This record gives sequence, C-alpha cells and structure tokens, in this order.
Amino acid sequence: MKILVCITHVPDTTSKISFTDNDTQFDKTGVQYIIGPYDDYAIARAMELKEGMGAEVTVLNVGLAETEPTIRKALALGADDAIRVNAEPEDALFVAQQIAAVAKENAYDMILMGRESIDFNGGQVHAMVGEMLNLPSVSPVMKLDIEGNTAKMTKEIEGGKEYVAVDMPFVAGCQEPIAEWRIPNMRGIMTARSKPLNVIEPVGDGAGTTVQKFALPPAKGAVKIVDSVDELVDLLKNEAKVL
Amino acid sequence: MENKKAIKGGEFLIRETTPEEIFIPEEWNEEQKMIAQTCHDFIDTEVFPRLDEIDSQKDPELMPRLLDKAGELGLLGTSVPEALGGFGMNFNTTMLVSEVTGKGHSFAVALSAHTGIGTLPILYYGNEEQKKKYVTKLATGEWKAAYCLTEPDAGSDANSGKTKATLTEDGKHYLINGQKMWITNGGFADVFIVFAKIDDDKNLTAFIVEKAFGGITMNEEEKKMGIKGSSTRQIFFNDCKVPVENMLSERGNGFKIAVNILNVGRIKLGAAAIGGAKAAATAAVKYANERKQFGKSISEFGAIKHKLAEMAVKIYASEGAHYRAGQNIDDAYDAFVADGMDPAQARLKSLEEFAIECAILKVHGSEVLDYVVDEAVQVGGGMGFSADGPFDRAYRDARINRIFEGTNEINRMLTIDMLLKRAMKGHLDILGPAQAVAKELVAIPSFGDDGDDTFFAKEKKVLQNLKKAGLMVAGGAVQKLMEKLGDEQEILMNLADMLAEGYVAESVILRVEKLVKMRGEEACKMEIDLARVFLHHAVDVAVKAGREAIYAFAEGDEQRLMLMGLKRFTKIEPMNLKAARRRIADYMAEKNAYPF
Ligand SMILES: Cc1cc2nc3c(=O)[nH]c(=O)nc-3n(C[C@H](O)[C@H](O)[C@H](O)COP(=O)(O)OP(=O)(O)OC[C@H]3O[C@@H](n4cnc5c(N)ncnc54)[C@H](O)[C@@H]3O)c2cc1C
Repeated sequence: MKILVCITHVPDTTSKISFTDNDTQFDKTGVQYIIGPYDDYAIARAMELKEGMGAEVTVLNVGLAETEPTIRKALALGADDAIRVNAEPEDALFVAQQIAAVAKENAYDMILMGRESIDFNGGQVHAMVGEMLNLPSVSPVMKLDIEGNTAKMTKEIEGGKEYVAVDMPFVAGCQEPIAEWRIPNMRGIMTARSKPLNVIEPVGDGAGTTVQKFALPPAKGAVKIVDSVDELVDLLKNEAKVL
Repeated sequence: MENKKAIKGGEFLIRETTPEEIFIPEEWNEEQKMIAQTCHDFIDTEVFPRLDEIDSQKDPELMPRLLDKAGELGLLGTSVPEALGGFGMNFNTTMLVSEVTGKGHSFAVALSAHTGIGTLPILYYGNEEQKKKYVTKLATGEWKAAYCLTEPDAGSDANSGKTKATLTEDGKHYLINGQKMWITNGGFADVFIVFAKIDDDKNLTAFIVEKAFGGITMNEEEKKMGIKGSSTRQIFFNDCKVPVENMLSERGNGFKIAVNILNVGRIKLGAAAIGGAKAAATAAVKYANERKQFGKSISEFGAIKHKLAEMAVKIYASEGAHYRAGQNIDDAYDAFVADGMDPAQARLKSLEEFAIECAILKVHGSEVLDYVVDEAVQVGGGMGFSADGPFDRAYRDARINRIFEGTNEINRMLTIDMLLKRAMKGHLDILGPAQAVAKELVAIPSFGDDGDDTFFAKEKKVLQNLKKAGLMVAGGAVQKLMEKLGDEQEILMNLADMLAEGYVAESVILRVEKLVKMRGEEACKMEIDLARVFLHHAVDVAVKAGREAIYAFAEGDEQRLMLMGLKRFTKIEPMNLKAARRRIADYMAEKNAYPF
C-alpha cells in the first residue's frame, strides 16, 4: 500500500501574529514553525496503518527550503521519504495542483492530509485534489479503517456522525481522534537525516488569488464582573441589547 | 580544531579563550532541536498532567510506567552506544536531554538517576558480559536502576561506609550485609549498584546487584520536602547473595567509580536545574503579565522587572557555561578516541579532565535554580505561597539539587582542591601567572584604556582582570596558609565563588561575542545586555569574596597591597544596569516567556 500524506508548515499556535508591508505580508521574524496539528494526526494514522498492515508512506509539502526542518520531523515520525515542491504555498488551488501533479505520477492508495491548515484555515485542498484526480474526497475524518480495498470512515457532520465507505484510492482530510498523537522517538530522529527528501519544481501558473490586506481580530474588550443574575440580565437587555 | 583539542580542564583561569573555540546553544543543529522538542513534548503531555498524582505516590507503578514510556521514545538510551541498544549521542546532546527533561520535577530525578548513576557505572566500568546483560535492558527501560552509595553514617564522607561483602566458602558468591539510605528509585529498581567493603578493606568495591538475588528489604518511602513523587528508600541487605562475576571493575576500585560517576552526573544536574529554571521563569513572566494591581500588570513595575530580568541574566549565562564545558568534554573525548583509547575509557577520561568545570556548574546551576524559584514565589505574592499555585512545587523541588550529587559545600571545596592538585602536579601552570600577578601588584599600574575599541574589548579586559583577582587571592592564600588552607573552608568557599562566577562570566561574554559574529550586533541587543549585566554581577561577587578572603588571611601592608590590587582588578565601567534590566524584562513580558 502506498500512502501520501500532505503536510503544512505553519506558525506554532502560541505565536504572536503581526504583519508588514502595509498589512499585506505576514511577519515571519521570531516565529516558530510546526507541522499543522491536523496534519500531525494524518501522519499518525498513516504510521498506524503502516505498522498494522504494511505501507510505504511519503510526505509532501509545498514550500520553500525553510520548511525542511518541518518535513524532516515528519520523516522522524516514521515516513519513508519526502517530496518538497519548491514554491510558496500561495493559495489552495495552487497547492492542490501540486499535490495532484505528484499523485498522477505515483499510484497512491490514499492521500491523507489535515482537515485544514491552521494558518489560513481554508479547508479546501482535499476537495480540490479529489476533484482534480477524480477521486472521492472525505473530510473531516475522525476514524479511518481499511478493509480489503475499502476505506471505512467516520465523518463529523453538523449535530452527528456520518459513516462512509469508499474504494481506494481516495482523499481524506483528517482530524483527531483518528489516531493517537505521536512524538518522534530518538531512533526516528536519528534516521530522518538519511531518508530521501526530493525537491521538485512546481507546475502550473501560480496562485489565482492575491492578498489585498490582512487584519487582526479586534482586541478583546475589558471584562466586567457582575454581582448578581439580575444585574447580568439588565446589562444584556439594556447595554448589550441581545435579549 | 587543533587548538580546541588542546584545551585543558581548569585552564580557563590562565588562558584566553576565543569565541570560535566554544560551542553556544544558538548552534544546536536541526536534529538536536528535534530531540529537545521530543523531550518537551514528552514532559508536557505525559508528566505535567500527572504531577499531583506522581507526588501523591498512591500508584507505585506510575513512575516505572512513565520511565517505560520514556524508554519507548529512546530517552533512556541517549548515552548508551548503539551496539548496546542505545543511540550513542555526544555528551552535549545528552546534556540537552537532561536540561529539557529537567523541568519534569520528580520524574526528572527518577529519569536522571536511572540513566546516570544507575546505568553509567556498568557502561563505563562493566566488562563485555556485564554490559550485554544489563546495559541493554537499562537502555530500553526493561530494567530500572538505582545507585546505593550513601549510608546513615556515610553521606559526604562516602568512603566511610560500613556495608560489608564477604566471599562464600565455595568462592562463588559475595554475601552483602549492610544498610543504605536515601536511595533514589529504590522502590521499583530491578538493579542496584551497591558499594561495599570486602572484609576489612580500606576502600569500597562496587557490585551489580539484582533485586531477584534476594536478601533485600526496604523501609517505606521517605517523606520529603520536595520531589515527593521520586522514590527514596532506605535499603537493607541481609546476606544478599551476589555472584562473584557481578563485581564491577576491581576490588577496592569502588570509591573511584563512585567519585567518577558522580562527576558525570554533576554537570548534567546543573543543566537539568537550568531547564527547571527556564520553566519557572516562564511561569513567573506569565503570572506577572496576568496579575493586575493598581490598574497595571505587575510586569510593568520596576521591582518586578528587576526580578524577571535577573532570572534571565543568570539562566542565560549559566546555560552557556554548561554547553561550553560540554563541548570541551566532547572534544577531549574525540581526541582520546582518535588516539586509540577505548570509547568507555575515553568518556571517563574526558569528564575527569573537566571535573573542575563539572563541580563549578553543579553548584552554579543548582543555585541559579534556587534563585529563580525563590523570586518566582515572590512574583506570585500570595499565589506564590499557595500550594495550589504554579510556584509551590517548583520551589520545594528545587532545593534537593544543592544537597545530592555532592553537597554544594563539598563541590566548592573540590573545585579548589582539584585546581591546586593539578597545579602541584604540574598539569596546570597557575603558579607562573600567579607570580606575574603578584609582580604586577607592586608595579606601577597602567592607567587609561589601551584604545582597543573592538566589540566587547572592555568587557574582555574586565574578564582578564577578574582572573588576575582570582589568581592574586588564591596565590596569596596558598602562600600564606600552605597546607593549612584545607582547614580554612571559608576561604575555600570565597575562592570557589570567585572562580565559578568568573568562569560563567567569561562564558556568557564569549557566547554573545560569537552570537554577534553570527547575527550582527543589531539582532543581539538583548543578549548584549544579558552578558553585561552578568559581568557586573561577577565583579560584585569577586569584590565581596575576594575582600573576605584577604581580610581572613592577610594583615598589615600585605593586606593593604592586596586590597588595592583587588580594587584595581575589579574595576568596571559604570553602566545603567536598571535600564538594561528593564529592556530585558520588557522583552520577556512581550514574549510572555523566558525567551532566549
Ligand atoms: C532525595 C535524596 C535522594 C538521594 N539519592 C541518592 C541515591 O540515589 N544514592 C545515594 O547513594 N545517595 C543518595 N542521596 C544521598 C545524598 O547524596 C547525601 O544526602 C549527600 O551526599 C549528603 O550526605 P548527608 O545527607 O549524609 O549529609 P552530611 O554529609 O551529613 O552533610 C550535612 C552538612 O554538612 C556539610 N558537610 C559534610 N561534610 C563536610 C566537610 N567535610 N566540610 C564541610 N562541610 C561538610 C554538608 O555540606 C551539609 O551541608 C540522596 C539524598 C536525598 C535527600
């Protein structure tokens, strides 16, 4: 079985976010990068499948050379090799085109990724990849089991769960608790260096969108502590005007 | 490289080191950073959510289970060669593991006792069969280890132990009888390194004892001020039957083993303390940012800024000194191995070479930690004192570090003792430089600066002078007191403090000088502040310790001359320390963490 896991290289969740160039560029100085937390679960599930039934796991990232430490962490987690598409991941369409191009060249049985990245939270790439490859695409997947040539998945939907079965190959956007989260072990870290990390050039015409401007969410206002329920009801009615 | 290998232990006192010769933590490579991150992730997800449960000791299986999990990640085999199931990492990387896991409270103690004093005696002194049989299992965590040196009547004076080993009539076993005390991991260990005296020997012999041999009983868990989750037992050996092939090294070699193994542990204990201090400083900054009084975050008050900045200054300086020494140890190891020495032997020799630095850093790291947790409690105010607050455990758990692995008093005395012994044996020429300083004392001082305006030139001049101050006071004390110096422990403590702070000050100046070369001055403003503030601290220590020593051993003209010399050698240009500390503290507040 061949599994492709697509990972993002995103700012640590505790990073302080700021912008430069008239709020058109994200300021990368001093920011720590991690594997996208949802992608982490995709890798973990791929490793569980590898350990359970045998698989060859390739990780893919669309990014410039600065993302290699993040890619190597995925190798330390147990992936066999890696591909870096040498380009800034400018928008979902562009990234999906790169993944689809790689997948066309290689017969993967499944393409896993996080349900969304945690920088732009687009959540579109898995659907686009499925469309481009004419494959079923399921997201967000909380449980994934393989039986013969069929993938059985549990998907989160508004107010409940949906159980779906698809034939391989397929695309899935993953989230917890699809697998037990993993920490790279010493052996994985020490062997990561010697695993192949292939760099390829991007295809297509580049991004279809341009960022006009970023804006931070408005700062949180002051907190008011009230002494009684009556006062609270009064404030909600007359000050916040929500009741 | 050539030059690097030539660095000798203790030589920092008389040799000018260049920044190129030292390793700085800003140079960790990608792999080392990943290893550190794994340690962080492990402590954050497996240990931190269970701190209360660990400390309650209600589930005696919890600690061994956590060690098993650490074993699965490979954290128990970092120092063990690959041939024995470990990862054969270099010394500095294993110290990084100690540092990061050092924030793990009782777990950190269990981990370091197992991987350090528990495993290393067999790794370094065991024969091939012993290593194959034991180290492979210890490296994975299948077996857990403890180290039994201390006895009720033999603590600091470890060689005075009364535990006996007698050969059975058939010559196949030793029967061990005696009592050990304060044994970390005692409650669950499968393997004990036991020090005992054969018959009426003067010196100890070490044995590898399996719990399964029988004849081992123990008291309940000790009730302690801190590290309450760490198993600490009194252990009784009653006709414990140990096969003769389980003797470690040779008869009578036990004390040497005990001393050398503790030496390895010392610098790592210092590093672990620095890891704990970083976590406590981060907790303090977070609290100071959140807590509001008089309409402001308390991190906006100067008195609190002073505390936060001092934490960072001390941590940053001490951290750098640890890895500087660690690299020296690695370089010495490489040189020994290149000369054909057996790797286990080379590990020991390289650590022995830098035993002075190891003792200095055990003391320094543990005292930085105590300073930081004490001030963290203060930043917390009432919440600092609350047993439910974030600082209570850190404060209590820190305290043991000044007591075990040789008390800080014993280590201070060792520092000077080793230095003087090396000088006496001609390994280290401190006599020549000390005489030169004595001559300089009576010569006319050169006033004004020498016009050198390269980066940190003034700071380096101060360092040079601090070394002179140390040599002057040490030289004077030796000359005056001769062999009686050993009885003047107060003076030894003064000398040890001058030496230690000087070493750490030089390390931080070199660290920042190297960093500036890597990143440029503009990007290193904070670090430059950290280094300068620490240098002032080191000068203050030298003034106070030097003066006390001189008052104690010199009189009349000699005293006056030396006091004048001390004044001259501790001159430092004024700087606005308050403003520097405020810059550091503001940066910490902005990052909401210990950020360096
Ligand atoms: C929690 C804990 C865990 C431990 N784990 C282990 C372990 O796993 N294995 C093990 O073998 N031991 C262990 N120890 C023992 C520890 O190493 C000793 O407690 C330590 O060496 C000090 O010995 P002591 O307690 O007998 O104190 P003492 O030697 O009685 O010292 C008391 C005081 O006198 C000072 N002092 C002693 N001698 C001198 C001197 N010559 N000059 C000046 N001052 C002196 C000391 O510095 C100290 O301040 C542990 C101890 C504790 C508390």
